[in-house]
Amino acid sequence: MSLRKYLKVYKKFLHTSLASELEYKTNILLDLITAILSLIGSIFLLSIFFQNNGYIGGWKFEQALIIQGIYTILNGITNTWFNPNLTEIVKHIREGTLDFVLLKPMDSQFYISLKKINPSGFLEIMLGFFLLFFCIRINQINLNLSFLTLSLITISCSICILYSLWFFISTTTIWFVKTWNAIEVLRSLLYIGRFPLNSFSFSLRIFFSVFIPIAFITAIPSEVFLGLSQLWKILLEVIVATIFLMTSRKFWLFALKFYSSASS
Amino acid sequence: MGQNIIDVKNLSKSFDISSKEPGLKGTIKHFFRRQTKSLKVIKDISFEIKEGEIVGFLGANGAGKTTILKMLCGLIYPSEGSILVSGHLPFRRKENFLKNITLIMGQKQQLIWDLPPIESFYLNASIYDLDKFEAKKRIKKLSEMLEIDEELFIPVRKLSLGQRMKSELLAALIHEPNILFLDEPTLGLDINAQRNLRKFLQKYNKETNATICLTSHYMKDITSLCKRVICVHEGAISYDGKLNLLLKRLSPVKEILIVCRSEKDATKLESSGFTVKNKIKNEITIKIENNSITSSLKTILNNFDIEDLFINEPPIDEIIGKVLIKKDYDI
Repeated sequence: MSLRKYLKVYKKFLHTSLASELEYKTNILLDLITAILSLIGSIFLLSIFFQNNGYIGGWKFEQALIIQGIYTILNGITNTWFNPNLTEIVKHIREGTLDFVLLKPMDSQFYISLKKINPSGFLEIMLGFFLLFFCIRINQINLNLSFLTLSLITISCSICILYSLWFFISTTTIWFVKTWNAIEVLRSLLYIGRFPLNSFSFSLRIFFSVFIPIAFITAIPSEVFLGLSQLWKILLEVIVATIFLMTSRKFWLFALKFYSSASS
Repeated sequence: MGQNIIDVKNLSKSFDISSKEPGLKGTIKHFFRRQTKSLKVIKDISFEIKEGEIVGFLGANGAGKTTILKMLCGLIYPSEGSILVSGHLPFRRKENFLKNITLIMGQKQQLIWDLPPIESFYLNASIYDLDKFEAKKRIKKLSEMLEIDEELFIPVRKLSLGQRMKSELLAALIHEPNILFLDEPTLGLDINAQRNLRKFLQKYNKETNATICLTSHYMKDITSLCKRVICVHEGAISYDGKLNLLLKRLSPVKEILIVCRSEKDATKLESSGFTVKNKIKNEITIKIENNSITSSLKTILNNFDIEDLFINEPPIDEIIGKVLIKKDYDI
């Protein structure tokens, strides 16, 4: 299947999942309210932390807001794409409906990763960007081509890392059948990404950089925004994202060999 | 009948199955130290299916019918042996192979629950690379064959099981596959819905010469659709051949109820050498072997004064039931 065909199918995915979601208007409205309240709550929590001396881990409140902005965008992406699709993998495997996915003449990873969208997550993405633009103003960040390119690269890499981690955990369902808890742990760890990495102890920083690369997800894009990032860190994030993406792909293909389908 | 489209040789499949003892102690033991054992669910089976054939897979629950179907369509990797379907190794799931087959499961659905079936049809059409015009043409043709119309525009969650199954079939056939794998397609349907589905499958097979592999616990599905059956018993094939031969083999005699004009005629018939099951006044029930039915009836009609007679076929479910518990049938 060519790229054009995949785009055509994705257009259909968008159409059907939007139509499905719009069947339940109240649910969408509640999701939108939750997204706004969640952002307000997070900023309020952050402001409390900064009340004492105005600095955490060497970051000012205005700078930490950038991390919150990036976190909100990533959380929006999580709620728009990852949550509705990747949690569905567990259901597909438990109920055996993965059979239908695997028998479609298209890439199964594409199908299960993008079939659904949750439109209320779009608001979070928009709020995140709004917060980032606000931060650019208050931190007097100079908008230029290299800044925009590096921001785009690092945020894209963060999305890839987050997706790969989530997809990796969901894939293990093929052996363990239920992995809801592991996904919840990942989501909880992601909350940590709302705070500057320097605010944690050395051992935790190592843990969040090496074992579970939450640090890469929000810290490096934020450093790019503030002009604090070093080139090696950006390169490292690109390498980590590529390795994660490739590994999750290979792991999926490997795991499918062990798929036994649910009994009828 | 064409050439072989499915070729299975020495196919086996083993699964690791964990077992748990009952009670709290068993649960705790199972949590910390799970004991698994390898269970061979398919044991060295071989068969061939020709293009255009409709083959029924018969067997008790857990005999391995669905596992065979899933290996044939490439969902499950075989442990040993080889499978060739339409010239492809199914488990590689190549695009050309997947465009040629479909799997319909009576107890699972692929339609989008909150939307009308038509939305799922167009989604599948785009996945199978059909343009809008072609998709529309096929949906029209198949919906006419399946006799569904308004249902296409009603959310799936509001459709009856029969309407949903018809829509599932349409969604699964929009790409006009050559090989259909049907796993209990009439499960839960009422008698009319079952009959309509069978009529549709017969028509589809006739019009497209598609090969159909079917499992069902409803004997009517098997008898009205399949000339050939493969009986699976504990993962091994116990019979592979024509259904009517199997029925003859399993039920070699027919019971004939003869109503004589008088009790005297009935008594005369009773002492004429036929195997008599019972006699009540002028009614007598005799057993005749299938291969001598015509000649025996000729003799009876020529030599006795007969008012009426009834040939009783043994219930098919009863006959097939024997297959499900027996290991081998050499016919």
